Amino acid sequence: MLRQTIAITLLSLRSVPERWGPSLVIIVGLAGVVAVFTALLAMAEGFQATLKSTGREDVALVLRGGSSAELNSGLPRDQATLIKQAPGVRHGGDGQPLASAEMIVIAELLKAGEKTGSNITVRGVEPAAFALRPQLKIVDGRSFQPGLRELIAGRGVTQQFEGARLGETLRMRGSDWTVVGVFESGDANESELWADVEVAQTTFNRRGFSAVRLQLDDASALQQVKDALTADPRLIVDVESEQQYYSGQTRQFRQTIGMLAGVVTLIMALGATFAALNTMYAAVGTRAREIATLRAIGFSGTPVVISVMIESLVLALAGGVIGALLAYLLFNNMAVSTLGANFSQVVFQFKVTPALVRSGLLIAIAIGMFGGLLPALRAARLPVTTALRAA
Amino acid sequence: MTRTGFVFANLLRKKTRTVLTLLSVVTAFLLFGLLQAVNVMFSAGADFVGATRLVTQARVSFTQSLPMRLLPEVEAIPGVARVMWQQWFGAVWQENTQLIFFAADPGRLHSVYPEYVMPDQQWRAFEETRTGMIVGRNLAKQYGWHIGDKVPIASNIFPQKDGSKAWIFDLVGIYDGKDEEWQRNTNVGYINYAYFDEANQFGSGFAGTFILRLADPDQAQQIAKTIDARFENSPDETKTQTEKDFNIGFFKQIGDIGLIVRWILFAVFFTLLLVVGNTIAQSVRERIPELAILKTLGFTDGNVLSFVLAEAAVMCVIGGLLGLGLATMIGIVIGGGGNFPLAVDRQVWITGVLAIVGLSLAVGLLPALRASRLSIVDALAGR
Amino acid sequence: MVRVSNVYKSYVRGKQTVEVLHGLSLEIPKGDFVALMGPSGSGKTTLLNLIGGLDQPTSGEILVGGQRIDQLSGGQLARWRARNVGFVFQFYNLMPVLTAERNIELPLLLTGLSAAQRRKSVAVALEVVGLTDRARHKPRELSGGQEQRVAIARALVSDPTILICDEPTGDLDRKTADEILGLVQVLNRDHGKTIVMVTHDPKAAEFARRTLHLEKGQLLEQAAA
Repeated sequence: MLRQTIAITLLSLRSVPERWGPSLVIIVGLAGVVAVFTALLAMAEGFQATLKSTGREDVALVLRGGSSAELNSGLPRDQATLIKQAPGVRHGGDGQPLASAEMIVIAELLKAGEKTGSNITVRGVEPAAFALRPQLKIVDGRSFQPGLRELIAGRGVTQQFEGARLGETLRMRGSDWTVVGVFESGDANESELWADVEVAQTTFNRRGFSAVRLQLDDASALQQVKDALTADPRLIVDVESEQQYYSGQTRQFRQTIGMLAGVVTLIMALGATFAALNTMYAAVGTRAREIATLRAIGFSGTPVVISVMIESLVLALAGGVIGALLAYLLFNNMAVSTLGANFSQVVFQFKVTPALVRSGLLIAIAIGMFGGLLPALRAARLPVTTALRAA
Repeated sequence: MTRTGFVFANLLRKKTRTVLTLLSVVTAFLLFGLLQAVNVMFSAGADFVGATRLVTQARVSFTQSLPMRLLPEVEAIPGVARVMWQQWFGAVWQENTQLIFFAADPGRLHSVYPEYVMPDQQWRAFEETRTGMIVGRNLAKQYGWHIGDKVPIASNIFPQKDGSKAWIFDLVGIYDGKDEEWQRNTNVGYINYAYFDEANQFGSGFAGTFILRLADPDQAQQIAKTIDARFENSPDETKTQTEKDFNIGFFKQIGDIGLIVRWILFAVFFTLLLVVGNTIAQSVRERIPELAILKTLGFTDGNVLSFVLAEAAVMCVIGGLLGLGLATMIGIVIGGGGNFPLAVDRQVWITGVLAIVGLSLAVGLLPALRASRLSIVDALAGR
Repeated sequence: MVRVSNVYKSYVRGKQTVEVLHGLSLEIPKGDFVALMGPSGSGKTTLLNLIGGLDQPTSGEILVGGQRIDQLSGGQLARWRARNVGFVFQFYNLMPVLTAERNIELPLLLTGLSAAQRRKSVAVALEVVGLTDRARHKPRELSGGQEQRVAIARALVSDPTILICDEPTGDLDRKTADEILGLVQVLNRDHGKTIVMVTHDPKAAEFARRTLHLEKGQLLEQAAA
């Protein structure tokens, strides 16, 4: 049985080049399906990865109650001070709590080649903000000097937008700010511009903060901080870990892209299945005589079925691999930006992960199997005499 | 039988093959219809607002509220017919559904947006009811609100003076749009500005963004420049653009959806070309002797060309129309909800039909030419 | 009816030019039934194709029914064929996707006849070949002989003056072949059709009025039937 199968399979595979037209149909069709599937989900993966790695589990983010985003939140100065005193917050070498009160303002920058501007987050920070984000490093220039209208720009901003490169001046609210440094952090922070919070407050005429970040003793201290702050009658706040916050922010985008990818892939897969069936029926048809002769000689039906399915699988897999490769070469690590938290842009990269490639190839295999099954069964069941007579 | 009948008879030659090819075309155009609708929604969806209004926002960001004290200066600008303001309310329905709500002055809203159609009596009720609100028809339908309902809307930005984020409004009016496009965009709610101004904890005087109705739309760019020049270097720098540009700019930030859609459709149609083209080419190859016989009977080269082209066209037209039709139906089902006005409308159909024609030619022309040029003598002799 | 004058025909096959007919001349009067015989490669099918207007001579004149068909363009030839010639071949005669009556109707699509008129002509043609009860059958449901009858009916349906047959019985058994040839004879005797038939079967040639022999692109003596 096995020998028969191998013999027939090799025979049919060898003849594929003769039928290169229809065979190409399967390969190209599946390459398309897998490429589109992989590209779309790589976008979702990349976005999620960027935002996920931005948040830490042992840092608590405190916002005004019911705000849902830093942009909507506002905490007066005295409340911010109170929040920093919460139990469960680690203290620094100087005995002060490791906490950073921060203020969000939105600026507008032009994306290269666009005429309408995009919103960029400008974050006013206290010195502790750097300690709370050890992954953040200044890679070019220097950090801003407190008291001056200076900015440091995230790598993502300098790559995707104009007007915020090292040495350039940005005009905000009637005042000029100079970019004195560029930083990298490998996460969503790279999509921001940072400045001294006090200078920002005076320039933009704001008195409070948007959020307070607290370094926890450890991840389990979150509940302790939460309980303490929500119990305090002077405060109305929401407390969650940074991780939870950023996760929540991406949910909308992930859902939308997920749905889009799902629908598009489903429809394309359907179309590819029809195309595969078409090709395999044709393949079986042109070889009806050949198959019937084999069976007349004495090969049984099953090896024929298997050989047809293998042919279909091989073609489909070839297409799938090409598609995944295309997606990887064209899109992997390509940087794009979209509307993220705070109604401003988040720069992220497409990420073609091994898991994604695996899923794509599984889809190809499924289509290949289904595309080969029905024609294969037809080939096996065709009465030998009919097949021998057919032209 | 007619010539058309002959074309169809030939299509039914290998039923399975024809059906599968047809289904491939259907799925391709189904995708085309849906994706194009999405594309249109994100790019050209802003067109319908026209150019009669300008939007003046804080230059730094539209999320920053402009102060009311700018109003007299804006009104005084020549060419400005009427000014309204609207403050983003940060409305939340039932825990976590974000809604589009603004605090606005009823009279001014009515005057600046004549495209909103609502009975006079409801406009009056809106003006007279302090805690009143009006919503668009789509919004009301989506959540089952009726006139007279007391609707609890929370704000994730503005608490009331007592600190609570929960607000309640009386639904006193439901507005509709003046035409099909405006009717699709009835997803916004408005609350009475006077009440909001007085009752919110952060204080009064937040105007949000100003919307200006112009006396002469052609003056739009000039007036926009004038306004921004007036407030330059002040603590309240402005950015003024036409309503259309404002909407486009917003959508553009979500990303180059157009590009993504174009890439996907390119992949789809390339494959489709291959699939259908292969089918037609194959079926022509099989029928060379028959086509030769047709020529012996007296059918000209041109006749044979049109037969093959017609076959390709029938496949593409039927499949394409079915696919677009399916997309339209799905669009209606999805678009029933107010927030995702996905409409496979006239614009999409026009591009769709063009694509059908293009596809028919692309897959049919080469095989048709080959068929028309075959030599009778060679074909009959089996060469 | 048919006058072939000093006709030469050559083909280009790859790099070689092959001359198949060398200055051939013949005459076929109206109402004649001629059998063309000769070994393979003698050019008999080529000559048939030229008379039927399926191909053009390299040089020489061909007059059919008073028309110089060697001077017609491709499109004109097609139109001429539709009105004046009926063909019967050895293989591939019928469209497998059409029923017998629709196969017969095909040539009529080139005329301006209404559907009703077309149906009538088809019925008459079916009657002549004796297949009225098989009208709705598809070719695969017919025997070889029946298929050829349908082919003959189709060749007749637009009432052509000349019938061209290329080995019409080559694929049939003896008995059926005789039936078909008998039918062809009837068409010649009773309906006055001029018939030119190529065959390699001497028994088939006996049905014709006279036989012409070709060898290496030239006519040998004529032999009366």
